[in-house]
Amino acid sequence: MTMTRRNVMVMGAGAVIAFGLPMRASAAAEDAITDFTGGANVASEGVTLTAPEIAENGNTVPIEVDAPGAEAILILAMGNPTPGVAEFKFGPLAASQSASTRIRLAGTQDVVAVAKMKDGSFAQASSNIKVTIGGCGG
Amino acid sequence: MRKTTAITALLSAGAITAGAAYAEPVEDTLVVNGEIEMTTWTEPSETVEGKLLELISGWHFRGTETRAMQADDFDNSGMIFVQDAKDAWNTVEGDAGKSCSSCHEDVAGSMKGVRAVYPKWNEDAEEVRTLEMQVNACRTENMEAEPLGYTSTDMTSMVALISSVSRGMPVDVATDGPVSETWEAGKELYYTRTGQLELSCANCHEDNYGRMIRADHLSQGHINGFPVYRLKNTKLNSVHDRFKGCIRDTRAETFAPGSPEFVALELYVASRGNGLSVEGPSVRN
Amino acid sequence: MAENVRPRVKAPRQASAGDSVTIKTLISHPMESGQRKDSDGNTIPRSIIHRFTCEFNGEMVVDVTMEPAISTNPYFEFDAVVPEAGDFKFTWYDDDGDVYEDTSSVVMA
Repeated sequence: MTMTRRNVMVMGAGAVIAFGLPMRASAAAEDAITDFTGGANVASEGVTLTAPEIAENGNTVPIEVDAPGAEAILILAMGNPTPGVAEFKFGPLAASQSASTRIRLAGTQDVVAVAKMKDGSFAQASSNIKVTIGGCGG
Repeated sequence: MRKTTAITALLSAGAITAGAAYAEPVEDTLVVNGEIEMTTWTEPSETVEGKLLELISGWHFRGTETRAMQADDFDNSGMIFVQDAKDAWNTVEGDAGKSCSSCHEDVAGSMKGVRAVYPKWNEDAEEVRTLEMQVNACRTENMEAEPLGYTSTDMTSMVALISSVSRGMPVDVATDGPVSETWEAGKELYYTRTGQLELSCANCHEDNYGRMIRADHLSQGHINGFPVYRLKNTKLNSVHDRFKGCIRDTRAETFAPGSPEFVALELYVASRGNGLSVEGPSVRN
Repeated sequence: MAENVRPRVKAPRQASAGDSVTIKTLISHPMESGQRKDSDGNTIPRSIIHRFTCEFNGEMVVDVTMEPAISTNPYFEFDAVVPEAGDFKFTWYDDDGDVYEDTSSVVMA
């Protein structure tokens, strides 16, 4: 097949062009975690973050968090201009400590969920979500 | 019955060279609200006979979460606009003191099947009309009200409302008789290369659907899902707005929404999808 | 006041005492993030819904602090316990001071 300009464009050259350069976690993002935990130890089990591996569009990315026994779950987009996404506080009538929502991601980055348990301990989960650059119309 | 995928057959036959990033459209079934069964993968329409081996709705080219959003009217944020249009349907506007419901009564009853056959010929006006044109004709002639902007939110929401009550029904636009001249004009536009990138609609949507264009999964370009709630701009998008966007993306001079060229193109593209279910308002990327 | 803001709720109308039910909420709101610029290059100021709460008969189910990273037309799905017949009350707080509310009643099955 002759390599015309058209062919190259349609072939989607390379993951970097498709996904864009990943966005590093900002200092503000790391601070947001420490503010929430007060610097306490954070366990790696106890909170589940469900998110797509590749976001169809960074403007509306569906995610779900679940942390049985949690008082609150903080969600951060580590590479966004401002890392805060949401904080869910669960009251006595919450049937589960879980919630789903749709978020905006400025680029490929880690999304972090930190759960504060009723017993004062913390747990954290992280998901790397690739945010793509579309070929046409974004 | 096992669905055949033409592209897989071609791939294994080595007809498509390796190196072209390709992804199978996902096999899945769309049932909205547990009730409306959608035909999203079907036999080729007459229009595409010999050109496409099967019709595949754009729904199959989207990711898992996006597909799921369309399966429930609450998750489908396009329905917010349908709700707004329902209010507009019952609101009196114009000097004649009427609302849509004054003549048409209940939208689900009176508009069922309408979206499926548009664009179509209007005998009195002797022209091919899109839904937008018909809405404005009704507004100006019968309601003596101001016309709505062709791609305005109000208009697109109204088209979404009218479309929503035809969901599940097969698209069935006429291509012969008085519309044939318009249809031919639309077909010519579809296959004409334009712009800096010298691309025609067919180059992507007929010749290369299923391939990845950077990270976009190219669909067959049907419009059965319009108006579309796009995740990218979190609002409803109309057919002509999308034509305009697509043409701009090929860096060509685009026609205006509502122009005869776009009306012709819409008729032709709609006929390509004859047989697929009306999905609008659908959810896409 | 943000224009055309419209809350919508999907909650069951009846349940048995102690049942766990799934609630979905949506509100049409642009959630202007404060990151965008207009055609003159000026930053469009942030204007979002910054908090959402759900209560049942006055007791808290969920209280969400929202940031600009929540998508336009904020959507939430969560589970609630229904101890008795009563009303779910949903409240959204806008940066511009407006408060939007919706309620949904539950009868015992």
